[in-house]
Amino acid sequence: MRDVAVVGFAQRQMQNFDGSPQCVELLVPLFAECYEQTGWTRKDVGFWCSGSSDYLAGRAFSFVSAIDSIGVLPPVNESHVEMDAAWALYEAWLKIQTGEVDTAIVFGFGKASAGVLRRTLALQLDPYTMTPLWPDTVSLAALQARLGIDAGQWDESAMAEVVNRSLTDAEKNEYAIRAGGSTVEDLLARPMFADPLRKHDCAPVTDGAAAIVLATGDRAHEVRERPAWITGLSTFSDGLQLNTRDLTRSESAARAAAALGGLDGVEIAELHAPFSHQELILRKELGLADDVRLNPSGGPLAGNPMFTGGAIRIGEAARRIWDGTADKVLGHATSGPALQQNLVCVMEGRNN
Amino acid sequence: MTRTLQAPVTVAFDYTRSVGPVLGRFFTGLRDRRLVGARLSDGRVVVPPPEFDPTTHAAVAEFVDLPDTGTVTSWTWVSEPVAGQPFDRPFAFALVTPDGADAPILHAVDVASADEMSTGMRVKVRWAEETQGHLTDIACWEPTSDAATGAAPETSVASDDPVTGIITPTSVDYTYAASPEESAFFRGLSEGRILGQRCPACGKVYVPPRSACPVDGVPTTEEVELPDIGTVTTFCIVNVPFLGQKITPPYVSAYILLDGADIALQHLILDIPADEVRMGLRVKAHWKPRDEWGTSIENISHFAPADEPDADYDTYKHHL
Repeated sequence: MRDVAVVGFAQRQMQNFDGSPQCVELLVPLFAECYEQTGWTRKDVGFWCSGSSDYLAGRAFSFVSAIDSIGVLPPVNESHVEMDAAWALYEAWLKIQTGEVDTAIVFGFGKASAGVLRRTLALQLDPYTMTPLWPDTVSLAALQARLGIDAGQWDESAMAEVVNRSLTDAEKNEYAIRAGGSTVEDLLARPMFADPLRKHDCAPVTDGAAAIVLATGDRAHEVRERPAWITGLSTFSDGLQLNTRDLTRSESAARAAAALGGLDGVEIAELHAPFSHQELILRKELGLADDVRLNPSGGPLAGNPMFTGGAIRIGEAARRIWDGTADKVLGHATSGPALQQNLVCVMEGRNN
Repeated sequence: MTRTLQAPVTVAFDYTRSVGPVLGRFFTGLRDRRLVGARLSDGRVVVPPPEFDPTTHAAVAEFVDLPDTGTVTSWTWVSEPVAGQPFDRPFAFALVTPDGADAPILHAVDVASADEMSTGMRVKVRWAEETQGHLTDIACWEPTSDAATGAAPETSVASDDPVTGIITPTSVDYTYAASPEESAFFRGLSEGRILGQRCPACGKVYVPPRSACPVDGVPTTEEVELPDIGTVTTFCIVNVPFLGQKITPPYVSAYILLDGADIALQHLILDIPADEVRMGLRVKAHWKPRDEWGTSIENISHFAPADEPDADYDTYKHHL
C-alpha cells in the first residue's frame, strides 16, 4: 500500500445558491483555494474525481459541464461517481494505489434547493415496492427513529442533546447554515415535523460544494508539516430492501469499522448523520468510545450539502490532524436511505 | 432583478418495468386483492418478497398468502405531504407487519391526526376501487378492531394470468436557474443583442458565455457583444421525425461561428434548400418580430444565407 494523505480542503455551504446546478462558479474558487494551500497548479493534479447527481436539480450531465471549472484542454484524467464525494475520494485513493498517479483532487457539488430534496431522494428507493408511494427521506428517518425509541435504544432527550451539541459547536463554523445552541428542554418544546422528528433533528437542505486534495509520500510532505495520513478506508452497504434490515442498527457501518480492525484510539470523529438519532446509531455501530469528540464542526445538522456532506466530514476531520488538535481522527460518510451505505476514513498524524 | 433567470422545469418519465417471477407474484396478488409474501431460508415470512434471499442469495421460490390485517410496528406523521404520496393532506406513513409475517411493509395509514396513531395498533388493508397489479392497489391501511388469528400463512397458488409488468409514472419538479453568464446572454437576447464573454487567459470568446473557460478553468469576465452574422462550420440534415419537433423535415441544423466568436452556436438554417447548405456558407440571424421576443434563443427564428461569398476554409478550420 502507498501512503496517501489528505493535504487540502475547501468548502462552501449555503441555503440557496443563486446559480446554475452545474456549480462551476462555486468550484472555481474552491480549486483556487486548493492551489493556494498546496502551491500547486492544475498540472500538478494527477487525477480528478467528482460526486454529484443530475436528479438533484434536473440538469442533464451537470458533472460534464462542471469540469469547465478545472480547465480541461488538454484533457485531464477524470472520473465521476453518482454518490457523495467521499466515495469519489475512495476511487481517487484506489487510483493512487495503482501507482498511476501521485496526487488527486476530489470534489462534490449540488444544488439541493432546486427541487424538493426529501421527495427527490425517493428516487433512490426500490422502484417497484417503494418509490410509487414517494416515501420522503424524512419520513423514512422518522420511522427509524421511532423504532429505536420504542425499543428503548434512545429517546427524544438523547436526540435533542445531539442537536444541542451540534448547533452549539456550529457557532464556530463559518460555513454552517444552521447554528445556535439552546437547551434540551427548549428543543423538546418545539413542534414535531415528522413525529418523532422535529425540524432540528433533520439536516437542513443545503446547497454547496467541497474539494479535497490527496497526495502520496513526498508530495504530501511538500504541502503539510503534518499531513492527515489515511490509515484506514473502507465502505460497506446494506441491502436495498428496508423491510429486511434492522433499522435500529447500521450493520454496514459496523462492518466498515470492523474491516479496519476497529476504531480504537480515534480522538475526534466527524460523523455524517443527517438525522440526530442516526448519530446515536453510528456511535454504537462504529464502536466509538465515550470520550471520542463528535462533530466539533457542528456536523451535518448544521449544514449538509447533498453529495458533499460526507466529504466535508473527511475534510473537517483532516483539519484536526493538520493543526495538531488530534493524532487520530475519523471521517464518516453515509448515503442511501436510513444509513444504507457507510464509508469510514481513519486519518493519523505523524511528527516526522 | 434577481441575479439569475429562473424558470420551473418538470422532468417526467413513465418507467415501464417487467416484474419478473418473484415481484410478479406480489403484484398479481395485489391485483387479486391478496398479500403475497415469501418464506426465506431463515424461516422469516417477508412481504413484499425480495427477489433473492438475503442470506443464501438464491432466487426466492416459496410464496405464501397473508391476511390483509396487521400490526403497526413504527409510524410517522407526514405533516407536509409531497406530490405523489398516498394522501395530499397530512397522513401517517407506517411500517405494518401483516399477520403471519415477520417483517413489515411500508404504506400509509388513513387517520385524521397523529393522536390516532400508536405502535401496536391493529390495521386492515383498504384496497383501491380498481386494482391493476401495482403498489397503489393498496390504497392505504385503516384502523380495525380485528384481532390476529395466529394462523400460519398458507401456501400461495400461482395465477394462470400473472401480472408481468408495471408502469410507474415519475415526475420531478425543479426551479431551474441559468448561470449568471447564461442569464446575461438571455437578457441580452431580449434586447436583440448577442452577448459572449472573453477568457482573460487565452482570449477565446465563448457564446453563450460559460462560468469558466474550459481550457483554463478561470472565470470569463469580459463581456463581448457579437454581430448576428457568421459562418456555417458544420451541419446536419434532419430527416427523422421526433416528439416535439416544430419544423417539418428535411431541415438543417448547423453550427454557426459568429464573427469574433471562438465557439459555434447551434441553430437552424432556413430560406435555402437543404441540399444547398454547405460548410463556409455565410449566414445572418433572422429575428422574430420584436413584440414576440423573450429571454430566449428563439428570438432568432433561424439563420438565413447572408448573400456574401463563402468564407475561406482557413478562417474557421480551428473551430471544427
